[in-house]
Amino acid sequence: MEIIANGIRPDHQVIFDMIDPESRILDLGCGTGDLLHLLAGDKDARVQGIELDEKAIYECVRKGLSVCQSDIESGLAEYPDGSFDYVILNQSLQEIRKVFFILREALRVGSKVIVGFPNFAYINARICLCFGGKAPMTPSLPYRWYDTPNLRFLSISDFLDFCAEKGFAVEKACFLNGQKTITFWPNLRALGAIFLLSWGRGINH
Amino acid sequence: MKATLKTESMKTASGDLSCSLGVVETKYFIFAEPPAALKLESGEALGSVTLAYETYGVLNKEKSNAILVLHALSGDAHAAGFHRGEASPGWWDAMIGPGKPFDTDRYFVICSNVIGGCKGSTGPSSIDSGTGKPYALEFPFVTIADMVQAQRRLIDFLGIEKLLCVAGGSMGGMQALQWVASYPERVRSAIPIATALKHSPQQIAFNEVGRQSIMADPAWREGNYYDTGQPERGLAVARMIGHITFMSDLSMEEKFSRRLKNDRFSFNFGADFEVEGYLHYRGANFVKRFDANSYLYITKAMDYFDLSGGKLINGRALDTRFLVISFKSDWLYPAYQSQEIVRQLKQKQVDATYCELKSTYGHDAFLVELEGQTTLIHHFLEKTYSGERNGNGNHR
Repeated sequence: MEIIANGIRPDHQVIFDMIDPESRILDLGCGTGDLLHLLAGDKDARVQGIELDEKAIYECVRKGLSVCQSDIESGLAEYPDGSFDYVILNQSLQEIRKVFFILREALRVGSKVIVGFPNFAYINARICLCFGGKAPMTPSLPYRWYDTPNLRFLSISDFLDFCAEKGFAVEKACFLNGQKTITFWPNLRALGAIFLLSWGRGINH
Repeated sequence: MKATLKTESMKTASGDLSCSLGVVETKYFIFAEPPAALKLESGEALGSVTLAYETYGVLNKEKSNAILVLHALSGDAHAAGFHRGEASPGWWDAMIGPGKPFDTDRYFVICSNVIGGCKGSTGPSSIDSGTGKPYALEFPFVTIADMVQAQRRLIDFLGIEKLLCVAGGSMGGMQALQWVASYPERVRSAIPIATALKHSPQQIAFNEVGRQSIMADPAWREGNYYDTGQPERGLAVARMIGHITFMSDLSMEEKFSRRLKNDRFSFNFGADFEVEGYLHYRGANFVKRFDANSYLYITKAMDYFDLSGGKLINGRALDTRFLVISFKSDWLYPAYQSQEIVRQLKQKQVDATYCELKSTYGHDAFLVELEGQTTLIHHFLEKTYSGERNGNGNHR
């Protein structure tokens, strides 16, 4: 299915559609703030960003956004429980060291977490590794082995297993390949995935 | 001495003259005439009180565009523009003026001096109307909260219900934070720069060395020097120490390296190195413009200041927006102290922006025209002001 994105990044459009109007939103690793700007403007959301890069922060402030400079791992600590309706972790999960810790923290300060990451098991990546014998490079994993910021190389299936094991409930999932959403065999055919997570029922956290 | 003069002009250069405010004047607000004297945190009272201030730009009809700018330890009300006949502009001229971040075409900018000072406001060098002599050490101790209380009276007098912003660096940042703590409902936004919720032992220690230097000078005479001349040596040394703490290792290297004033060692204890000449020059200049007792009182006020442990925001939700700025090379007010402010804001879910700016200037960085600081303040104020005009209390 084609995503109608009107010049908006497809992953941003998917996340945008997952979020209820007038929500409180924290974006971890918000970059130059395009997504938050969209949410603040068109969803009347109350937004806050966390970002490490100084230049990206200038861009956010230029857009009228509020951003605290911090890395993702230490950015959540002071927020009280339930400070936000959604915590967004888009395209940064694979760069994080303490994955479970961050997701648990995100679900402490927010009711729901939106996670977006590149799929390492995309067919071209498999071909690259299997037949080319080389570390895969795909549109969603564009880096070479020596300059990638990624620490984690996970597939959609890996992440689903992880959620089941840790007790995260997958409320929504969307699998992307460019402008298209993928329904069949997403682990093979999708370049990236976006999950809406909450704590599963009966999970003691 | 060439190098020192160059540094001086670098710090205050306003750049393009077309965006200068031109000639400005200091005004004086007199209030708290006894028996309605100003009650101070120490329990003592002060009256009457004179507060020096300057204003730039025009207050709009709704009185919603007023920004209060607050100065550091040795600063004054003259933040921008030129005093008649003077060659150098106010201390934050790089930031205040038409088209500058504190844009006087849009905002009504007020800069207030502090009580306890010696720049036109009531302080230890002022005449005590009771005795007809300067207060000297009879002057009551004032705190940052007292300074802010006096400024609140000025803002009342100017008819401003809610300030669009309170902003300042170093001790000016402390005052900005104190404004939020004391009068949260009267502050729409705050920009504390290179400041702290409380002084660390290191900061107190530097201040104490400065105070001891003043008090060790025989000319100090327990503060009663107004007939005999002030303790210039002691005050100059205090200022020299201050200047060391305002710079970074790198900025000193860039400014002076080990360059000699003359080409060879003198083999005496005069100033051989340019850095020594610079400190002497700064010290000698300072004693001409600052009162030693004021230095004692104000540094003490800074050391007493403490809004840690949740005291910045006490009680109910706060709709004040924050822009917190620190500088990488500032070791006097290190970034962790600004992060401490941000932590309190996060705990109370206050709308906050924080950025640690790259700069080699050390603590002095906030006085320099830094692109990052300019951009952040400009857009932060613009957003705050547009939110205010749309009647939008919450930042969206």
